[in-house]
Amino acid sequence: MTSSLGEPNYVAIACFFAFVAVTLGITWWAARKTQSAEHFYAAGRTVTGVQNGFALAGDYMSAASFLGIAGLVSLSGFDGLIYAIGFLVGWPVVMFLIAEPLRNLGKYTFADVVAYRLRQGPVRVAAAIGTLAVVGFYLIAQMVGAGNLVKLLFGLPYELAIVIVGTVMIAYVLFGGMLATTWVQIVKATLLLAGASILAGLVLMRFGGNPLELFAAAADQFGAQVLAPGQLVSNPLDALSLGLALMLGTAGLPHILMRFYTVPDAKTARTSVSWATGLIGVFYLLTFVLGFGAMVIVGPDAIRAVDKGGNMAAPLLAEAVGGAGFLGFIAAVAFATILAVVAGLTLSGAAALSHDLWVNVVRRGHASDQEQFRVARIAAVVGGVASVLLGIVFKDENVAYMVGLAFAIAASANFPALVLAIFWRPFTTRGAQVSMLMGTASSLLLIYLSPTIQIAVLGNETAPFPLRNPGLISIPLAFAAGIIVSLAAPEPEAAERFQAMQHRAHLGPAEGE
Amino acid sequence: MSEKQRALEALAQAQWRLAVGLTAAMLVIYLGFMLLVAWAKPLLGTILVRGLSLGTLLGALVIVSAWVLIWIYVRWANSHYDTTVASLRGHVDSTRAEERR
Repeated sequence: MTSSLGEPNYVAIACFFAFVAVTLGITWWAARKTQSAEHFYAAGRTVTGVQNGFALAGDYMSAASFLGIAGLVSLSGFDGLIYAIGFLVGWPVVMFLIAEPLRNLGKYTFADVVAYRLRQGPVRVAAAIGTLAVVGFYLIAQMVGAGNLVKLLFGLPYELAIVIVGTVMIAYVLFGGMLATTWVQIVKATLLLAGASILAGLVLMRFGGNPLELFAAAADQFGAQVLAPGQLVSNPLDALSLGLALMLGTAGLPHILMRFYTVPDAKTARTSVSWATGLIGVFYLLTFVLGFGAMVIVGPDAIRAVDKGGNMAAPLLAEAVGGAGFLGFIAAVAFATILAVVAGLTLSGAAALSHDLWVNVVRRGHASDQEQFRVARIAAVVGGVASVLLGIVFKDENVAYMVGLAFAIAASANFPALVLAIFWRPFTTRGAQVSMLMGTASSLLLIYLSPTIQIAVLGNETAPFPLRNPGLISIPLAFAAGIIVSLAAPEPEAAERFQAMQHRAHLGPAEGE
Repeated sequence: MSEKQRALEALAQAQWRLAVGLTAAMLVIYLGFMLLVAWAKPLLGTILVRGLSLGTLLGALVIVSAWVLIWIYVRWANSHYDTTVASLRGHVDSTRAEERR
């Protein structure tokens, strides 16, 4: 089969320009409403539960899941599903432990909650390091993915693609703040779900509408092992480690946590997680169909011929079942997906720089609203330019491990400190600081020593640390560090404020706060 | 400790127990699935009906179980939890109103 991938596709270009035009229109509308720090970071807290559910889904469903998981399934069958499932199961944890107290206790970033009854400076610095590490690695993976994707889809040069993504994304964040970012996510989530549903529908029409017929066709052509676990997870400890990092990392992703401040209260935060989990679950179930559909209809060899990682499986499938026009639509959706995710990441990185570091550490909490707003916008530009530069610097690097690393740091640096701060009375400033720094440092060190870097990136024969993901060690280590340091040197003032914090965590801020 | 404070602590306790129980359930379901993936590959490859392996079915059920656990939590929170929070908030407001008088 010949593919028109890589040649300029006019439908794709038209769809993409339409998306950029609509979202810049939204940004222009949002910019008129975004005149204060509260609007910039939290969309004035006017987003509804359903809207935030779509926006959370938009923030979370990256092109890596859409293209990456469909590709993995199309090449290796069942093994790809392991990721699809792992990315969903973190959401119940967000619901049960994090979303509502976060909304009630914080203002703009998750560090607000960790620092609530502790000393601001030390906690904020440690939290900002964790946030910037997660956001940085996640952004690099997305930007490099964006460059390669655009090169493959539209035939544009890599650097030009990165600059386009960076410029549009900075426009959203700088002018429209969280309100524009939220609506970009909503539009993108709707497009992505619609695109994936139509594609899955077109595939299933060839199999009498029955996914089992599709799976059976895959097993008939490529052997029954495509429906069984393969080589991806061979060591049980590796399985546990990856599983823990995916599950608990979701509840520590700064750009996801930040979304809970855009809704008016804790109950709406709850509604938004229900919607997000429903939408994301449907999306990952659709990837089962897309992946096996690409395997049967396009074939693994044709997919590998275009991109050996399989990332072009979904676009190739779209072309096979819907022609070049539909390919163009799916390609534009994939590009829109990247644009939206990097906007969300940049906004949360900007919040860590401006709200956590500048306002609460440098200015010790004394900054006028106008100053906060101005610094936030400067930070957004700094973050946006940094992500363009990182995307160009890492052009030829293997960045596949960086999303896993971002989840591992989020699970180790952010999640334990957040849970201990909300639920554990004896938690102290030093405990929080050591826990977050330990989580970040141990994740980085262990991944450097792991086969992921030593064998896959550096090409060594062996690796000193056996697991591919550090989660199994780094998450318990961060919890233990936080608990031991807190018990060794108690902080009575922090424990005294626990009762007031608990009051607010459940009943919400009093009127006028 | 005031009556209100006791009620709040009881609510916090109940929320914590349910949250930990449901989180543990999700961990056991998902990590159990991952351990089967690592240890019991032939078992998960068992074909149940044409086209459906045990692994694919269990994988889809893990996603469904996340929905079910969330539904259980939301049902409890929307009824019991929200009612108690509303009555505790009302209590705060009426005490404040009295203080103002």
